[in-house]
Amino acid sequence: MENLGALSLILAFCLSIYAVFGSIVGKWKRRPFLVKSAERAVYAQWALQSFAAAFLVYALLTCDFRLAYVAAHVNLAMPTLYKFTAWWGGQEGSLLLWSWILACYSAVVVWQNRGKFREMMPWVTATLMITQAFFLLLITYPMSPFEVLAVGKEIRAVPDGNGLNPLLQYWSMAIHPPTLYLGYVGFIVPFAFAMGSLITRQPGDAWIHTTRRWTLVTWLFQSMGILIGAGWAYAVLGWGGYWGWDPVENASLLPWITATAFLHSVMMQEKKGMMKVWNMVLVSATFFLCIFGTFLTRSGVVSSVHAFAQSPIGPYFAVFLSIHIAATAWLILDRLGYLKSEAHLESVLSRESSFLFNNLILLASCFSILWGTMFPVISEAVTGEKISVDAPFFNRVNIPIALFLLLLTGIGPLIAWRRSSFESLKKAFLWPTAGGIALSGVLFALGIRHLYALMSFGLCFFVLITVAIEFVKGARAIASKSGQNLLMAMVELTHRNTRRYGGYMVHVAIVMMFIGFTGAAFNKERTLQVAMGDQFELGRYHLKVTEVKEGQNDNYSWGHAVVEVYQGGRKIDTLTPEQRLYSAGQGQQSSVVSIRRRLHEDLYLNFAGMQDGKAIIQAYIFPLVGWIWLGFGALVFGTLVCLIPSKVKFEFPKTKVMGVTPASAQPKAVSGD
Amino acid sequence: MKPYVKFGLLTTVIIGTLAWLAVGGISDTKSYYKEVSELKKMGDEVYTKRLRVAGDVAEGSVQRNGHEVRFLLKQNDLTVPVLYDAMDPLPDTFKGGAQAVAHGRMGRDGVFHASKIDAKCASKYEAKPGKNYQPPGQTAPPASGAKASL
Repeated sequence: MENLGALSLILAFCLSIYAVFGSIVGKWKRRPFLVKSAERAVYAQWALQSFAAAFLVYALLTCDFRLAYVAAHVNLAMPTLYKFTAWWGGQEGSLLLWSWILACYSAVVVWQNRGKFREMMPWVTATLMITQAFFLLLITYPMSPFEVLAVGKEIRAVPDGNGLNPLLQYWSMAIHPPTLYLGYVGFIVPFAFAMGSLITRQPGDAWIHTTRRWTLVTWLFQSMGILIGAGWAYAVLGWGGYWGWDPVENASLLPWITATAFLHSVMMQEKKGMMKVWNMVLVSATFFLCIFGTFLTRSGVVSSVHAFAQSPIGPYFAVFLSIHIAATAWLILDRLGYLKSEAHLESVLSRESSFLFNNLILLASCFSILWGTMFPVISEAVTGEKISVDAPFFNRVNIPIALFLLLLTGIGPLIAWRRSSFESLKKAFLWPTAGGIALSGVLFALGIRHLYALMSFGLCFFVLITVAIEFVKGARAIASKSGQNLLMAMVELTHRNTRRYGGYMVHVAIVMMFIGFTGAAFNKERTLQVAMGDQFELGRYHLKVTEVKEGQNDNYSWGHAVVEVYQGGRKIDTLTPEQRLYSAGQGQQSSVVSIRRRLHEDLYLNFAGMQDGKAIIQAYIFPLVGWIWLGFGALVFGTLVCLIPSKVKFEFPKTKVMGVTPASAQPKAVSGD
Repeated sequence: MKPYVKFGLLTTVIIGTLAWLAVGGISDTKSYYKEVSELKKMGDEVYTKRLRVAGDVAEGSVQRNGHEVRFLLKQNDLTVPVLYDAMDPLPDTFKGGAQAVAHGRMGRDGVFHASKIDAKCASKYEAKPGKNYQPPGQTAPPASGAKASL
């Protein structure tokens, strides 16, 4: 059986290579049947990979310990759910998941466009399949999930496996990797269309229109993946942080940042025909950063608490990335003539300029994070010493960036295209500015002296007012015509232009998260050894440890402290932070914290074990952190609204491009001067 | 061209500010990665730099006293005593025998004062088969010959 799994991956690899050559040669020699067969090869290799994946899952579920991967990541005692999620619990399986998701995406792309873009599609298929072949190469040769355990020449199973890392035996860790991968892998589709469009010298923005939804959906998955990971860190790692600027976290954030920049600057291209080269660069950078992120997490090039093993796949990624970057750079430079801007920046006070600043600042953030993450590698190459930078570095650069972005979030949507006068700005921003400053003032009067926190709350309020004004203004206009009430009018308004108003909702979601992030400035913490029946205080709470219970099941043994929470003399809750000792991983400890989640603050307890008959309790108060998870919900909702087709089709007034002549031949005709 | 000039100026200001923040951030938070043996060879500058020291937590050396934790970080037969007394709980992976990285400064008392500890169990989850999964009573060749590729 395991031979069939490995064999189908090898066949899939061959088919993906065939698809690359089939589509290119078919396009070149004008053989539609060859192109068609290449497309069928895409489906076939998807089927083969699905079979291989199904086999691996079957082996995991049935504990087939003859397979090295199964023996290393599953044991008999684990619940079925985690046996399944062990698919992405280790290196080989993760790569198989990555590859399989890509196969799914590719099959969908080919199917959706089977009758469209006949010019461009062969190149899209080829681009997709090159990456596909690369990942299939990784999992057939250096990182095969189907290796078996053998003694001499005899395949032999072991009685029980190692089990999944206890840290990963948690519901959100079960869905975090696939969600993130759906995001990571998805960005290849816009990239493939961008390349197809460049190679075939498409004049228009067809690639942007066709991939708009892809980009949004993948962006959604990526956002969800990052936030689920943050939620997992908060609830599982026991120190209450959700973000530590760890290389692996940074790796997931980098493509998210460039993708966010792309989602914004793409509007400039759709509505004004500007920033065409820039969009090409952004979409390529996003794809490269996705690959780079996979490389960073999977090769152990930068040491990380996420503790993935060192592995030999680093050089493969390096080669793949360099070839791709060089080819893309050459392609963009060679086709510059087809990417001429159709309009110019007319004023610094304009929507265009706010988009430019948005992009500039996002890229600056991206660059600083990349720099900080790679600093140990760079410094070792330059000075021979491994120097790394810590969270304070990232915070110092990125907090001002984030605040500036928050400001732009408020300004951007209200400022006029082309140019804005001071008069109109005053009209649009008088109330939001007054509101923001007033809130900061009130908070200052209440005794908050943290500069960034004051700025952040003020800006959050500023953005909320601008968005509220937009909704109310639009809804009033509709209500006065149709006689609907204001709420119904808002729904109608959103439905008429889902992208715009869904976008506002995402902005509100981001504001909610910022409220949560800002709460971190006011965290409180205490570590104590408490005897049974002792009380201690934290903030407004009185906490009392009443007993410590112990128990055991097949998977782990546990002990938890029962902590009663009092406020104002009244018992309001009982928390039970737990410590587990898993049989997996030779007695690895794992803490299961207990959190009383409320909107204004979380009470967070960690049970760090017993000492001299006393329980060691780490107690924290995290103000406002719940807003991050609320914001997560709002972000998903807002993005889904963006994905609903608008009721009214908008035609944007824009310079029509009738045809394009290469710049060298007729420069004046293209630039539209 | 005027808007472009203005835009360029604003860009320069923004990038300049960020670069200034970044340079300051790097010089304030940079820390040198050293293994225990390298630490021993550093001389006096060992006391002035922020360091992260990598080694193995010596088995049986971990002493806990409230949230204060003392242990020995060792590499081959060299050891460094470490004192950890920050508030955050140690990672679950921290225990005798684990690979650990201690972030902090070297004290004149010869004790390394750590403010943060990273730990990972020595490649446990990517462990080499053969050594760990040996069925009882078998004496088959370990590790090297144990993985057969298809």
